[in-house]
Amino acid sequence: MIRAEGIYKSFGDQQVLEDIHINFEAGKTNLIIGRSGAGKTVLLKILVGLYPPTSGKVWYSDVDFTSLDKKSVRDIRMQVGMLFQGTALFDSMTVEENIRFPMDMFTNRSMKEKIDRVNYCLDRVDLSGVLDKYPSQLSGGMQKRVGIARAIVLKPKYLFCDEPNSGLDPKTSMVIDKLIHDITIENNITTIINTHDMNSVMEIGDNIALLHNGRLAWEGNKGEVLTSKNQVLQDFVFASPFLQKVRDLHA
Amino acid sequence: MYWRETMRQMNDIGIGSLIIVALISTFMGAVMAVQISYQLGGQFIPRYYVGYLVRDITIIELAPTITCLVLAGKVGSNMAAEIGGMRQKEHIDAMEIMGVNTSAFLVMPKILASVLVVPILVSLAAIVSIVGAYIAAVPTGLFTSAEYVQGIRVFLEPWNVFIMYVKAVVFGFILAAISCYQGYFVQGGSIELGKASTAAVVMSNIAILIADYLIAVLLTS
Repeated sequence: MIRAEGIYKSFGDQQVLEDIHINFEAGKTNLIIGRSGAGKTVLLKILVGLYPPTSGKVWYSDVDFTSLDKKSVRDIRMQVGMLFQGTALFDSMTVEENIRFPMDMFTNRSMKEKIDRVNYCLDRVDLSGVLDKYPSQLSGGMQKRVGIARAIVLKPKYLFCDEPNSGLDPKTSMVIDKLIHDITIENNITTIINTHDMNSVMEIGDNIALLHNGRLAWEGNKGEVLTSKNQVLQDFVFASPFLQKVRDLHA
Repeated sequence: MYWRETMRQMNDIGIGSLIIVALISTFMGAVMAVQISYQLGGQFIPRYYVGYLVRDITIIELAPTITCLVLAGKVGSNMAAEIGGMRQKEHIDAMEIMGVNTSAFLVMPKILASVLVVPILVSLAAIVSIVGAYIAAVPTGLFTSAEYVQGIRVFLEPWNVFIMYVKAVVFGFILAAISCYQGYFVQGGSIELGKASTAAVVMSNIAILIADYLIAVLLTS
């Protein structure tokens, strides 16, 4: 479990996050949603420790992550996997080397064990025949899968996904969403996904936190999205005329 | 992983710079031979002094300084762009989240490779420059082969060679450290990356010239 407790963040005079309190549960896909500029990415980067909060705390289980020394932060991070918006696969490495990289850095496993694990992870994300390819030789969806395979290679307890569906067609997006959701349940991972994709919200939103202008505007789950009277949520979810029509028909 | 990365950097800096260093050194030696011959011509100075002057100017100053100024342009801008590109494409963030000490993993191999390889390139530059002077001057009759060989063998001070290597190591460190710093802390998009790359070259060059002066004062006084 990860808990954000009274998070404030400002860059110069600009207040980006204000008084954020959220619990992210293990074994569930926890979604942070909101419009562009709402502060989703900043919150995600604070949660993984890339940005320090101006004030507030981030708890990993019962460990105060924000007050740890560098070595302890590294120990926690070895339990963290992250899928980046642009995948952040290393261009100069093959798919196999990319996925193997965390094991090369932090484990003493034999090469055979590492390759077995790489193959398992690739198999888990339904990719084959790409071991020797470079990221630039893969499609966007395949790159996302490789990114997921790299993120889970060390069996993380915490998985962060920053806009996992950006740049993907709706069908591939659903496949990626399902993959992340299944992996989360199988391994009891605390998964936090930063998205503004409504398909993701309705498909895999076990827990949903809506940010608006840097504040937590609403919390709930996918079942409550359609019935909530929260105006900010309604404005966000039913932003398009098409979805407004669907809502009206549903009503 | 660190060792493999260091070897890759050594290859990039060393093998990747061989042609440009050899080309510049050849012409550097050739121009020196022609101009020194011109300046000493008609005076009561033995012609083998041309070889002696070419050798010492090359070793003490031109081989380390010119080579490193060129490397700051070629290698330094490349290092800044490579690390800056990784910063922009979130590769550095990805490594940080994996628990990798990115400054050690990305910067140290480059500095280590530069400190190890630049002295080798400077040695090569010195040799090629001296050969370049021979090629430019002997066939054209500025001096004879025997005079030149005599010149490069007389009054040899091992201390001068030591100065050359001190400069090579210091300049190698400067160009890698400044370039990596510029790349590592780049912010923004492609325009900022270009500026960081340019700043890496300009600041490395200035720092190399200042260090050149300081080393000269310290080691020759």
